[in-house]
Amino acid sequence: MDADRASRSVARKRTGRTVLRYAVLTGLALVILFPIYVTIVGSLLRPDQLATRPPQLFPTHPLWQSYSRAWGAGHLGRYLFNSALVSAVIVLGQLATSIVAAYAFAFLEFPLKRTIFVTFLATLMVPFEVTLVTNLATIVSLGWYDTYAGLAVPFLATGFGAFLLRQAFLGIPRDLQDAAALDGYGHWRFMTRVAIPLARPAVAALAVFSFLGAWNQYLWPLLITKDDRLRTVQIGLRQLRAVSLDQVNVTFAGVIIVSLPLFVLLVVFQKQLVRGLTAGAVKG
Amino acid sequence: MGRVALEHVTKRFGDTVAVDDVSFEVDGHEFVVLLGPSGCGKTTALRMVAGLDEPDSGTIRIGERIVNGVEAKDRDVAMVFQSYALYPHLSVRKNIEFPLRTRRVPSQERGALVVQAAGALGLEGLLDRRPGQLSGGQRQRVALARAIVRRPEVFLMDEPLSNLDAKLRVQTRAELVELQRRLEATVIYVTHDQVEAMTMGHRIAVMDAGVLQQIGPPQAVYDRPANLFVAGFIGSPPMNTITARVSNRDGQPTIEVPGGSVPVPSPLAPALHRSATSEVVVGVRPEHLRMASDGFAPATVTVVESLGHELHVICRLTDDQMVIVRQAVGGAVPHEGDAVSLSAAPGDLHLFDGGTGARIGAG
Amino acid sequence: MTGPEPVGQSASIRLVERRRRVREAGLGYVLVLPSLVLFAAFVFYPFIHTLYLGFYRTPPFPGLPRHYVGLAQYRSVLRSGAFTSSIATTLAFAAMTVPASLVLGTALALLAHARLRGIGVYRTIFSSTVATSVAVASVIFGTLLNPVVGFLPWLGLQTAPPILENPSWALVAVAVTSVWQSAGLAFILISSGLQSIPDDLLEAAQVDGANSWTRLWRVTLPMLTPTLFFTVVVGSIVAFQAFGQIDLLTQGGPIHRTNVLTYAIYTAIRQDNDEGRAAVLTAALFAITLVLTLIQVRVLERRVHYGR
Repeated sequence: MDADRASRSVARKRTGRTVLRYAVLTGLALVILFPIYVTIVGSLLRPDQLATRPPQLFPTHPLWQSYSRAWGAGHLGRYLFNSALVSAVIVLGQLATSIVAAYAFAFLEFPLKRTIFVTFLATLMVPFEVTLVTNLATIVSLGWYDTYAGLAVPFLATGFGAFLLRQAFLGIPRDLQDAAALDGYGHWRFMTRVAIPLARPAVAALAVFSFLGAWNQYLWPLLITKDDRLRTVQIGLRQLRAVSLDQVNVTFAGVIIVSLPLFVLLVVFQKQLVRGLTAGAVKG
Repeated sequence: MGRVALEHVTKRFGDTVAVDDVSFEVDGHEFVVLLGPSGCGKTTALRMVAGLDEPDSGTIRIGERIVNGVEAKDRDVAMVFQSYALYPHLSVRKNIEFPLRTRRVPSQERGALVVQAAGALGLEGLLDRRPGQLSGGQRQRVALARAIVRRPEVFLMDEPLSNLDAKLRVQTRAELVELQRRLEATVIYVTHDQVEAMTMGHRIAVMDAGVLQQIGPPQAVYDRPANLFVAGFIGSPPMNTITARVSNRDGQPTIEVPGGSVPVPSPLAPALHRSATSEVVVGVRPEHLRMASDGFAPATVTVVESLGHELHVICRLTDDQMVIVRQAVGGAVPHEGDAVSLSAAPGDLHLFDGGTGARIGAG
Repeated sequence: MTGPEPVGQSASIRLVERRRRVREAGLGYVLVLPSLVLFAAFVFYPFIHTLYLGFYRTPPFPGLPRHYVGLAQYRSVLRSGAFTSSIATTLAFAAMTVPASLVLGTALALLAHARLRGIGVYRTIFSSTVATSVAVASVIFGTLLNPVVGFLPWLGLQTAPPILENPSWALVAVAVTSVWQSAGLAFILISSGLQSIPDDLLEAAQVDGANSWTRLWRVTLPMLTPTLFFTVVVGSIVAFQAFGQIDLLTQGGPIHRTNVLTYAIYTAIRQDNDEGRAAVLTAALFAITLVLTLIQVRVLERRVHYGR
């Protein structure tokens, strides 16, 4: 029948376009994944296998020891602990300071509120490098050089967090506030029982965003720590590379170990991650 | 101006059948309204005519052409979306011009057509504004101008009035009808508002759960609803439906209503006999019910609503079924608690099958 | 309301009200205080102080006091050839990474914005690089580009000297690393922008007769401009502050060909112990970033269509 023939030819054209799309998607996915794939494979090969031509693309006899070697020689356990500790402190600090500040901006009235909020936003304009030299001197003079405090304290507050959470708090309907007031809720109760639970997506997004920023810090930990004791995992990679120049498989194993926490985070918290990263970009 | 025909069109989304074996035709220059509640499949049917969705089975024709598989852009239809879908980054002029540019109409001709379309809808002064600067009513007219600028075969409209406030809606309704008559356009119009359907369409197609319930001129659908669904959907306040039974009293087929009985109206008797059901639903419109002394159903008045120009008297039957009676202002005002007797002319009684809901009647 | 209140009563009501407001204001200040203190100590004060430090020349030997030279240090550092080449390198790096990131991110976002089976897998793959840090990406690419164990010889792309030591290609190699690492973030940002474009807008374009190409250029991309603008501005700022890649891949070399401003600052601090010079360089970096952002806002924002 005419209709069927017309339908079929359009279906064929559409299939052709779909196939093309899948082909390009797969091609690009392979390009993006290639470095990661090579790293995983490389971590399981023997050092001499790594330099073969053509390169081996699949580990026939995986060498799992590279991972334990990377862990030990690279002091990765220590570095992971440091990174985790510092990141946790920074995330908690940023959450605490941002939540209370955002609460004040959203629900309280006080003179100069506007000006203070603009000040918060102004901190986003000042790039990290400008404060670098002085912060270094400040930390040293406080006696916090090569300490956890030095690694974490400068980053315990964030203008972005206050901005994001203020938005979220402002979205809470007026009725809820009035009902809570009638029920005799004080500020603390309102904040912990109503505001924060309702703003949970934004809080989660901020937590993920802060964690990413803290975990990936490079320049500051590089300048503020001097030995293994306090090194974070990013700087640890730097050391690992120097240590095992001829043991590429160990380096690769180290890279995988270091990246694993973030990959897990990405998979588990994909939605919050996306929301946190796009909070500024898309005008909602 | 084009005819549109749907022949046994079915569309599924996963496990749900959105459109179930629907067939109907729209003649050239005709204004047909697809009416039904949310989720009944009317918008899906419209989108299939537009080419935005493809039917799983069945044929769609525009003009004499089978358009299954033809992309929306090649179908020569225009559509007005519920949200208007105006391009926010383009001026009103460029919005209206868009369908002409995509078809490579030369710029001289484009300019003239745009001015014409804008003029038809009173948009001359707004041509250089952006949609964001317009009111809801103005945006709706831009959407219409964009649709008419090309003189397509068919106009499709998806609840275009639902985002307007009540007063503007009434005004625009009349303007749309006038526009269609003037352009002699073929229009398929989707709505859930039965008032729009009654006042605007040459014919109404009522849909529910993907199935076409009835199609016909507004008065026909009003006077002779094909089933309980249509009966209850069209008309405000809706038709009263009373569950009843059919019995035989001394050889006379009788409808046993709560508290009383009424002989089966003679035109309906043959069909009733053929259907051999005993469970029926009696339908009678509120304006056809009277409170008299000799009615067939005793009832108690529960609430009397005054609308200024008429009264809505809500009564409870002996088995707690509720009915509404429309009564003109000026006569005796009933009071809560009054015992009344309900009556209606035999010709105003509708009978529906108690199981299927289908109309029982001649023709 | 009934008749006028007795005078004494309204005065006490006002007093209670005033006390409540004072308490509320007090609480407000208390809540913003922690953040403000941290900002003052670690953002605002350092900002001013760093600029001020530029007025002092740091002595070559530690222990000696630094001495005030006014603008002389600013002049000498900013006029030096090393500085000019550093700026040029930084700008070249940004020019290589920002457009490439944008195009790649947009291409990936457009391709993955389809209702196809398994598209979720592709979307996860495309966003995966957001889980890599600059250090991770640099170590991976450092090894991939290594002349002995790397992949370039296999692909027939070996250069002499090897790419990371090659004055003509080192910066390109670092740029490629950066683009790969930031591809995930660009993809996520632009995808979000794509998702916020209403479906019925594109359907209206379809009915209006636009084919895929026309829909892309006349509807999708114009509606995407706010997101693209944000990506360019933020991407430029990040490109200007790039450091980790340089430190791990090329250490500013070969022959300073990858010596972007941040690395010059780092060298001044760690190797030369020249605080004054570092301060001047940071001020310059800030100024350049600010100027470039302003230029972008001026020039580009005009072409951005904020919908609705």
